[in-house]
Formats: sequence, C-alpha cells, structure tokens
Amino acid sequence: MQAANANATGARASANGVETGATNDFVTVFVGETLFGLAIERVHDVFVPSGVTPVPLAPAEIVGLLNLRGRVVTAMSLRRRLGLPDAEAEGEGGKASPKMAIGLEQAGETFALVVDGVGEVLKLGADSREAVPINLDPRFRNLATCVHRLDGRLLVILDVDALLGFTAAGAKAA
Amino acid sequence: MDDLLREFLTESGEHLDTVDAELVRFEQDPNNETILRNIFRLVHTIKGTCGFLGLPRLEALAHAAETLMGRFRDGLPATSASVTLILLTLDRLKEILADLEATGTEPAGSDDDLISALERMAEGSAEASEPAAPPPRPEPVLPDPVIRELKPGEVSLDDLEAAFLAAPGPEDVDFAAPPPVAAAAPAPKPAAPAPQVSAAPVEAVEAEPARAEKAEGGGTEGETTPGETTAAAKGNQTIRVSVETLEHLMTMVSELVLTRNQLLEIARRHEDSSYKVPLQRLSHVTAELQDGVMKTRMQPIGNAWQKLPRVVRDLSAELGKQIDLVMVGAETELDRQVLEVIKDPLTHMVRNSADHGLESTAERVAAGKPARGTIRLAAYHEGGTITIEIADDGKGLNLAAIRQKAVQRGIAAQADVDRMTDAQVAKFIFDAGFSTAAAVTSVSGRGVGMDVVKTNIETIGGLIDIATTAGRGTTFTIKIPLTLAIVAALIVRAGEHRFALPQVAVLELVRVDAGAQRVERINGAPVLRLRERLLPIVSLTGLLGQSQAGSETEQAGFVVVAQVGRERFGILVDEVFHTEEIVVKPMSVKLRHIPMFAGNTILGDGAVVLIVDPNGVARQVAQGVQGSGGHAETDDDAAGEVVDNKTTLLVFKGGQGSFKAVPLSLVTRLEEIECAKVEWLGGRALIQYRGRLMPLVPADSAITIKSEGTQALVVFSDGERAMGLVVDEIVDIVEERLDIEIAADRSDLIGSAVLRGRATDIINIAHFLPLAYDDWARGLKRPEQLSTILLVDDSAFFRDMLTPVLKAAGYQVITAASAEAALNTLQSEPKIEVVVTDLEMPGRSGFDLVAAMRRAEPRLAALPVIGLTGTIGTDAVERARTLAIADLVAKFDRAGLIAALAELGAETVSKAA
Repeated sequence: MQAANANATGARASANGVETGATNDFVTVFVGETLFGLAIERVHDVFVPSGVTPVPLAPAEIVGLLNLRGRVVTAMSLRRRLGLPDAEAEGEGGKASPKMAIGLEQAGETFALVVDGVGEVLKLGADSREAVPINLDPRFRNLATCVHRLDGRLLVILDVDALLGFTAAGAKAA
Repeated sequence: MDDLLREFLTESGEHLDTVDAELVRFEQDPNNETILRNIFRLVHTIKGTCGFLGLPRLEALAHAAETLMGRFRDGLPATSASVTLILLTLDRLKEILADLEATGTEPAGSDDDLISALERMAEGSAEASEPAAPPPRPEPVLPDPVIRELKPGEVSLDDLEAAFLAAPGPEDVDFAAPPPVAAAAPAPKPAAPAPQVSAAPVEAVEAEPARAEKAEGGGTEGETTPGETTAAAKGNQTIRVSVETLEHLMTMVSELVLTRNQLLEIARRHEDSSYKVPLQRLSHVTAELQDGVMKTRMQPIGNAWQKLPRVVRDLSAELGKQIDLVMVGAETELDRQVLEVIKDPLTHMVRNSADHGLESTAERVAAGKPARGTIRLAAYHEGGTITIEIADDGKGLNLAAIRQKAVQRGIAAQADVDRMTDAQVAKFIFDAGFSTAAAVTSVSGRGVGMDVVKTNIETIGGLIDIATTAGRGTTFTIKIPLTLAIVAALIVRAGEHRFALPQVAVLELVRVDAGAQRVERINGAPVLRLRERLLPIVSLTGLLGQSQAGSETEQAGFVVVAQVGRERFGILVDEVFHTEEIVVKPMSVKLRHIPMFAGNTILGDGAVVLIVDPNGVARQVAQGVQGSGGHAETDDDAAGEVVDNKTTLLVFKGGQGSFKAVPLSLVTRLEEIECAKVEWLGGRALIQYRGRLMPLVPADSAITIKSEGTQALVVFSDGERAMGLVVDEIVDIVEERLDIEIAADRSDLIGSAVLRGRATDIINIAHFLPLAYDDWARGLKRPEQLSTILLVDDSAFFRDMLTPVLKAAGYQVITAASAEAALNTLQSEPKIEVVVTDLEMPGRSGFDLVAAMRRAEPRLAALPVIGLTGTIGTDAVERARTLAIADLVAKFDRAGLIAALAELGAETVSKAA
C-alpha cells in the first residue's frame, strides 16, 4: 500500500512537472460509460482474453487465470475492482469471455486488467488536469490519481499500483 | 567494482563453508597434509582478494588465521582449542561478509581480540620471525591482472602457455616468496622462480621444514600451485551463471514444451505427414533441451550438508558427547529449490539426533556400546524421488512415554494408543503439541520442532517416516521429489473445470456410483467403504465452494484416494483424464493465500489449470470444513448486520496459524513473558504479574504454552483481576468496520469477520474469563439491546464485550455506564426499544433503574427490559417479576441473551400486528 501511495505521490509530482508544458500519454479504457486512463508506460499488452480459468476461493476482483503466450496471467476485473456490477456479457460467473484486457506488470508478475473496451491513446497536458473530486466514491478516489477534462467527457486516470495493490494484506496472510 | 565485490562475496562464502568442514576433518586427522593444504589455500585466497579489494579488516583477520595455520603446517599440533579459535575467526569473517553484502562496505569494528589470540596461539610454539614473513603476503596473490599486464610489457608470454600450468604459480611466487624483490623488479623474477617451484614441488619443501621463513614462503607456493591449478582447470570447465538466468531458461523451455505439445496435438488431427518428421525431431530436441536445463538446476545434496560437520563438532563439545558424523551419498543431486527447503530441517534433525538421540558417553559405555556415537546421513535416488536417511545409534525413542503423552495431551484415546503399532506411535512426535517443553522433558527428546520439519518437508510434496529400536537408535527417512519444477499429476475434472492433483499423494482411484461402491453419509459427512475400512471423502467441488447441489455430484464419479502424512482421505471428482508431467508455475501473489492450490500449469491444449495442494485438502478434511465451515461461510442467513462504525481490533495468531482478533478496548496490555517464568499450580498455568498471580489461558485449544523462549500474552483485566490469554503471535492492530458473521456454535468465538482481507475469528472473551476465574461473572455487569438496545453496565469491559455480540446479532447498541446515565440516555433517545441492564451495579442497581423507568413517562415505563445477573436466585426472579422485567439472563450466556432478545422481538412484532 505504501508503494502505491508513494507512486501516487510520485505521479502527482511528475504531473506537477507537467505544468511546464510536457504531456503524458494514456491508454484509455472504458467500463460502462466511464472512461479511464492508464499511463502508457505501464501498459504492456492489449489483448482479447480467452480461456480464463476461474480460481475458486479467490478474491472477488480476480476473474481467473489465463494463458498469455505461455505465461500464466492473473486476470482481474476492473469492474469488480471499482465495486461495479459485472457487465451482462461476463455475468455468468465470469465464464463468457470479457471483451478486452490490458496487460500490466507489477513486481515481475503480469496481470490482465479486464475492461469493457479499449479506446485510443491520448496525449494530455496539465491544462486539462484536475484533482480527483472529493465527492467520488472512496473506491474510485483511492484508485484515481487525477481527472482530465476532455471534449464532452471526463477521463479518470487510474493508479496502476493502487489498482493491483488490493490483496496485499491477503497475500501477507498466506 | 560491484560485480567484483559480489563475485568475491559468493566465492568467499563458499570458501569459508568449505574451510569450516575441512577444519573439522583436519582436527580429527591432523596428519593429513592434503586437507591442511586445501584449507591454507582457501584462506590465503580470501586474504589475497581482500587485500586487492581494499578490505583491511577481513584481510587482517584472514592473515592472522593463516599465520596460525602456517604453524600447523610447520608441525604445531592442531589442538581443539586452536581449531576452535580458527572456527571463531571464520565466524567473524562470515559476519563481516554478511555486513559487507548488506551495506557494500566493510563494517567498522575491531578484531584485535581474535587477532591477538591467534597470534598468541601461533607464537606459542612458533620460534619467531612469523610476523615478518606473512605481512608481505597480503598484497600479492590476487593482483593477477597487474602481473599479466607486466608480463606482456616485458617478455615471456610463453610462461603462460607453458604446459606445466605455471600460471597461478608464478604469480604467487613472484609476490609471496621474494616480495620486496618482486616489487622492485617484477617481470624477470617471476619467470625464474616459476619453473623451479613447479618442477620441485611439495615434497622438496616438505622435506626441509627447518628453513622456516623461506621454506614457508616456498611451501606456500608449492602447495598452492597444485590446488590452484585444479581450480583453474575447473574454472575453465564451469562458469558462474546467475540463478535468474537459469530460471528464465527454465521458463522458456517449459513454454517450448507446451508449444511442442500443442503442435503434436495438431499434427495428430491432420493427415498431412510432410511435417511429421521435422516435428518428431523438434520433439526430441525439446525433450533433450528440457533434460539439460533441468540438470543445470541440480545440485549435490552435499551443499546442504556442508555445515553439518561443524554443527556436530560444536554440539559434541557442548554436550560432552563423542560424535562421529558419517555422510554417504553427498554427491546425490537434486533440484536447488528442493535443496533450499530441506537444508534447515536437515540441520535441525541432525542437531536433534546429537542432542536427544545419542546418549551420553557414560551411558553408552554402560550399555556396552562404543563410546563414540554415530550419526549417519545417507542420500540416494530411488525412482523419481530422493531418499535421505538420518540415523543415530542412540537409545531410540521412548515409546511408552510417547504413548502416555499422547493420551495425556488428548491426541489419542488410551484404547487407540494401545492398539497402535510402534511405528504409528513414533509418529506422534510430529504432532505440533509434542514439540513443547513438557514433551521434551518427559519423553526425553525428539520434540523440538519436529512438526516444523514435517511441515517443511510436506510443503514440497515429501514424506517423512521414522523407525526406532529401543537401545539401537532411530532412523528418519525422508522421501522428496527430485524437483518441484516438473511433477507428475493426475488431471481430473470437478464441476466444469479441470484440476491437476500431484501424483505423489495419490494412492489409488476408485470408481463410485449409486450401486455397490457408493458414498454413504454420516450426519452429512460423506464416507466410503474401502476394503472394510471407512475413508473420509471430500468432494473437490464442495471444497472449492463450487457445488450448488452438493449431493447430486456425489452420486457418481471417482474417488482419488490420497495420503498426506498419516491422513488418508478420498477426494471425489467427476472425471479422471490421465496423468501428465506438468510444469509447476507459482501462484500469483494475489492468490497465494488460498491454501487449496499449490500452483498452476498450462496443459498441452493451452488451458491453464490449477494444481490442487493435497496438504491443503488434508487440512480441510481434518477440520471438516466442507460440512460446516464451508457452508457457514456461504450461509447468508447467518450473516450479521453491518455495524456502522469502525472498531479497533487486536489481531493475533492463535492456533494452527489462524487469525483471531479481539476488540482492542478490552485489552489491558500486551506482554512478552519468559516461558521459564510460567508456573503450574493444580494443572493451571500461572505467572507472577505485577505482584499477583495471573492465570494463563490459551486462546485456542491448539495452542500450548511454550516451554522455552518467550511467550506472547494478551492481558485482560477488570478491576483487580487479570488474565493472560496465551497467543502464538501478536500480528497487528487494525481499525475496520466489523462485519461479523456468526460462527458455528463455538462458545469461544463471537464469529468471524474479514479483516485486512483475511478471515479472522473474533474471540469471545467471556468464554475465557471463567476459565481463569470461576467467579468472574459475579459482581460484573453487562447490558444488551434489541433493534436499538440500551446496554447498561458499569463495567466497560463487559460493555465492550457485549457490544460486538449484539451488533453481530443485528442490533444497534447504545451503552450507558450507570443507572443515572441510562435514564438520561433513555430520555434523549426515543428510538431505544429494549433495555438490557446488569442488575448488580454499584450505587443504583439495575433493579433501581428499572423501578425508576417504570415510574417515568409511559414510553419508558413500557420498555421491555432484560436483566443480566451473575446468579439467578428466587428473590431476584420475584423482584424482576414485580418490575416487569421480561427476562433474566445469566451473565456469559451469550446464546441465552440473544434468544431472549429474539423472543422480545417476536413479541413486539405480534403486538404491533
């Protein structure tokens, strides 16, 4: 968790540096109607997840394991991570293949973040950047680093480490 | 420099380990020149490297040790004292190296104590001039690079390629033997001495030990040369590769194997034979590649044994026993991952054998045995496993005492114990409970940590067995798989998914259906009659919480009969496919806490399957989780209401690694006590605590009060009474919303909750207090509430204790510490529907409170009241009736209170209706 916080701070610090005019690239993904952004340097893959093996007794966020080019990857649902209900497509116990997944890496392990869809890559500067509104659901607030105002919609930037940091306590218990 | 230093650290570590072992050998065989030469060379190398890397502390120490060893070579007898001193020096060197590894710099500090002791020892029988000779040596040795630069610059590259491998020799010679000269005129000199030395080697030097100074210098060279030559020769054949590189290679090969399997699968389906031949070749190559890579991971088991001679030597000195350690099969190879896991258990067991297994010298002599005890370590391959035996020729286990202890500890009934074979009885020492102080003293041995040993071995799919003969000794046999990376596994289907079951645990497969071989149930627990024995059954789907209609899946399918340790059980699966060699991949850190799975793998068809951990299953079988706990977890009806505010809880480990918690507000102190201070009076553990005797109560029946070291305690106190709750380990303090689910009917638990992502039992302190003080209930009070309950009790302790109980039962709770406060609260809080009050409060009692309520405004007068009392006497019942107290409940009767509240609730509802 500390690492996540440190990273969040780091992200904020670098984002402050952004005000000098630099831009950051984000991969956009959506869940329902909401648009989320992930720092592009953290995104290793974008793929269609298939053949997901569910893991019984696992935390709810974990959809299962899948084979990504010979590596076993832990798939995690962004919906469940955000406390949202499963989309209809993956409603039946996560059996039906979700639409898209983002390959992320943390501490040498690969994770697949299952999302409803993947959008374009956006180059964003500090001018559109806003702090996370304080009235957001805590689940969102803990995972987001900032919000960007786009044309007609908002982009919530997610903190990858916080996103993947959810079972730190559970893992310690093991 | 970093790389150089790292290399140095690894190498020196290895050298020191070897020196450790060699020294012990040398002590026993002081005339063995080869050993001494080897030791000398290694220490010399370390010293030289230190000088080169600028590590003065290490260098000075190594130098002093080398000087002393030089004296041995000159004929100084190697006494036990001097060897001990050198061993101490080696320990110090290791400490410094460890620091160096951690910080990158040599730690500050002085080794004058050791150095002067070493010097004194060396001078004791040395003539003189010692200091003069060694000091020059430091700089030399390693500056090979320097030399090589010099040589080409000057002349004679020929030397290097000389067939007699003078290479390491000359370097040493030019620096060590005539140091000042070498420094003055480096190049020509080396060329000259080198051939000399290699031509007239050891014996010549050895022959005339009189030439103290020069001879020693020369001798060093002479002896160094052969040693370093072999090292150099070896160096050409082996290279150091980082473990990560190998691991990566392993992963890639595994993936190659999988891909090959997929290709073969496709080829089987297509008739096109044109690519069958190359595919065949690919298949062969892949298999060989896999073999080769597996070999790189193999290490001789001797690596794990390296420290043992030293351990035994130290122990034999410490215990005053004469012990021989015999090691057979040290070259037997096994996977380094396995090696790591068994290293400590092996050391532990050898230690145990020396300590408890072997008798004292006097006893041995009296028993007509040789005075020297023997511990024999043997390793050999057997099928796909490696077998390790640790045998001692000591007195054997005291089976009678173990039987008695087992009964005493309630592990087995007397009748069972009498029927058990000796082998079965001996296995009791692997039970956790047996590793306690009491076991060690009364059973005379083999207690400490054997359960840990067993657990370690089982985690890698190994088995441990024990054979003992009274008066003749004890033999432990460990069977472990050669590698953890690839295991044979049975692929089964349970529900909709496939799982892999490691073959090592599987004994047989039994087909079950509704007919002859069918699963029967005892109180819902499935069992199978197998050859006139009853076998407990678990269904894999049920175990994994997948079965919706649990019973129907048990109609037909296969029972995989498995054995883990002493437990035999059947795992019910729907279908069995085949066995397959699978590559074990570790579980993600996010999933590692699930005890059911040992890892995962990719099958030939590319699907990911989970590998079931038989140990995890065995634990669940033993706990009967499938029938009760598992369902309790999913039983939503039992789930309590969410309590809105956060509670601070103390989390600790209590029994079998489970997590338990207690509201922090109840806790007075956390203590760590010396186990030696625990006293036993009338079968109860007590400790003198702040001038009083405080009873100790284990937080779980699985916890035993430790016999040595320190014991963690959670101290609860109320007024003058205090109780120490014995826990395994204090883990954490967490502040979380407490969502308690009522647990199975266990009076020691309030229920379970998820804290920080792990299931945690919330203990019911009320259960433990009477265990400590029979009369704790008296004079204390507690309150309770219904939909919204006012809990009146003067004791904060009981308020805190009951609040979570009531909240767990779905009530909102408001508390008051006295009758006055209660009346005020009642006035201001119209939503209170029930009052639960202790009747025995100081000042205005509960009866007074109720009387006051009854006289007050109609709303209060009509409120139902439940009274809590330590003793329910007839007069109390009478008074309660006159005051229209709805129910009287005994203190600590958690269930009774909840029942009384539920009854009230029903009444309220019916009234409303």
